Amino acid sequence: MKLRRVSAVAKKEIIQILRDPFSLALAFLMPVLLLFIFGYAITLDVDNLKTTVYDQDNSRESREFLSEMVRSGYFTVVGYPSTPAEITPYLDKGIARIAIWIPYDFSKNLRTGKESQVQVLVDGSDSNTATIGLAYVAAVADLFTQRMSPTRRLPPIEPRLRVWYNSELKSRNFIIPGLVAVIMGIIAALLTSLTIAREWERGTMEQLVSTPIKKTELLLGKLIPYFLIGLIDVAISVIIGIFLFGVPFRGSVVLLFLVSSIFLFGGLSFGILISVATKSQLLASQVAMVTSYLPAFLLSGFMFSIANMPQPLQLMTRIIPARYFVSLIKDIFLKANPLKFLAFDTLLLSVFGILAFAMANRKFKKKII
Amino acid sequence: MTERIRQVVRKEFIELFRDKRMKGIVLLLPIIQLFVFGYAVTTDVNHVLTAIYDRDASPDSRELARRFEGSGYFNIIYRVSSGKELQELVDRGKVLCAIEIREGFAKDLARGFPTAIQVIVDGTDSNTASVAGSYASRIILQYGREKGKHIEATPVKLDVRARAWYNPDLRSRNYNVPGVIAILIMLICLLLTSMAIVREREIGTIEQLMVTPLRPFELMIGKTVPFALIGFFDMLLVTTVGTTWFNIPIKGSLPLLFLGTAIYLISVLGIGLFISTISRTQQQALMATFLFFAPAILLSGFMFPIENMPVPVQYITHLNPLRYILVIIRGIFLKGNGMDVLWPEITALSLLSLLLVGVSSLRFKKKIG
Repeated sequence: MKLRRVSAVAKKEIIQILRDPFSLALAFLMPVLLLFIFGYAITLDVDNLKTTVYDQDNSRESREFLSEMVRSGYFTVVGYPSTPAEITPYLDKGIARIAIWIPYDFSKNLRTGKESQVQVLVDGSDSNTATIGLAYVAAVADLFTQRMSPTRRLPPIEPRLRVWYNSELKSRNFIIPGLVAVIMGIIAALLTSLTIAREWERGTMEQLVSTPIKKTELLLGKLIPYFLIGLIDVAISVIIGIFLFGVPFRGSVVLLFLVSSIFLFGGLSFGILISVATKSQLLASQVAMVTSYLPAFLLSGFMFSIANMPQPLQLMTRIIPARYFVSLIKDIFLKANPLKFLAFDTLLLSVFGILAFAMANRKFKKKII
Repeated sequence: MTERIRQVVRKEFIELFRDKRMKGIVLLLPIIQLFVFGYAVTTDVNHVLTAIYDRDASPDSRELARRFEGSGYFNIIYRVSSGKELQELVDRGKVLCAIEIREGFAKDLARGFPTAIQVIVDGTDSNTASVAGSYASRIILQYGREKGKHIEATPVKLDVRARAWYNPDLRSRNYNVPGVIAILIMLICLLLTSMAIVREREIGTIEQLMVTPLRPFELMIGKTVPFALIGFFDMLLVTTVGTTWFNIPIKGSLPLLFLGTAIYLISVLGIGLFISTISRTQQQALMATFLFFAPAILLSGFMFPIENMPVPVQYITHLNPLRYILVIIRGIFLKGNGMDVLWPEITALSLLSLLLVGVSSLRFKKKIG
């Protein structure tokens, strides 16, 4: 292997990249756009549940219960139906997610010490929002009964809840670090999945074949420029995450870049493998989309906890590098774990990277067929 | 004119499926994605991996631990004998939840002293953390209410009766699988359309098409019809698998589903066409497609409810065809909505499709002519 030849290919590739400022701009714009969307636009926190209230009792107590709900900050009342039949359209049309029905004997039962009831109808189609909404209603009810009790006493067993690592329960704090990993996975595959296929499709591969360059040199030369773009993307994402979104960074920067480099190498090599294997840009792009965004978004534990998946799928996530990278980068951001906790995952990432490159290298035939 | 269009469609199909792997893409990718979405994307919180440190080791504390397991929400996988071990398990991400029962728990309970249970949850995934935390609190409070009957003197009893409509078991799969139809069509058709047109330009065959009597308009139709057909085929495929394998109910009307999908398909093709007019190479088309695709999914309400977004962003989502089709598809599948409820979405989607196709075909004509 000659370094001179590698750098010559790298130089050619860089010139080619620079001639296509549109793609390059998109490569830098992508992480920024995704970070902004995740940072500002979307949140998994449920705190604006549209609620409709049918207060049949209309007493001091029922109003107290409702104001307890509003005070919690999780509910926004969007309507007051005046008959039970009017509740249905609210949920059908999606105007409200939750309907509260306070029956006429609510306050009477409360005063006489009988069990009173509150009916809660929730639009279950979005099960996540529904589950959280129901938990909020239960919490409001607990608070309300305590407030209404004549003698305020502690419950016999008090649950003392403590949240570690992310005490304000901001989803942003765990989304952003994971997102950096996801972005890297996608960018890496998008960048390199077409590079080799393009040379085949345009016929320029013949020119490369006729040069004395070895195939490993060609692949490495192709990889280097995209590796640099990827590293710049890591830097952009981390800087935005920390300084703009105030995500705490408790670990080491060196470790972060080390791990990112290893992951990038693997991701880019995998993109090249797709390119080598398909030899068609149309096909490569489909394969790259599905093999990058799908695992990175869904199977990496970035948003959906792996422990909740069925067993076979959990096993499958073990061969997805993004899974290890997401957990590594979250740990580096939020937990400041020393290297020894992370060593095994880092090692696995390295194995994936080397494997992907070796497979691309094996599959790549430097001849015209 | 129709004859010429027919010939372009034929040519396109031959070209597309000359590569036999393309058939696999059209058939297999939707199924893979459906399965990943059906199984992996679950926001249901159950089987939370839990560690317990029972310093009391009394019948009462063991009973409480059994309650945690019996709830189905918690899987106790570690029983440790020191606080340090407990901390390390959470640190290393082996468990999401840690329960510590203090010494003298049973004694306090028997004597009627208020006591407490320490629950630690890993907040990195804030959503799971808050749901798990609320489950834990409820189990503990409930247990306390039963065991400490003689000490709690709350005469106020409030029963929250919750019912979930449309999706009574609150299965997140019922919500996600119908949505996948829309996502899949977007992914496959958008990418295929934009890339197939740019491909002719990149490898120079567009010039051959231009010397034929084919008009730009005919070329445009001929180039997009195949992908519309593929999109429709994939929709049928996913719907069939979704209803038979995943038992997702379709409560509404199938014709309405087809109508909605068809209008949506037109808008997707319009966007694909637009991307093809701004890209010179397939690399650019791939990047541009992803740059549109990712925000479109995130800002559609597919995973993140639109009402939780900031108001300006909520306005932007009105330009997203995915937003409307998701309401339509989910409404038809889960709620059994008909035209009377869905007409605003269908109208908006139709207008958007007209706009997209109009703008794109003007640009396309200019570019080709």
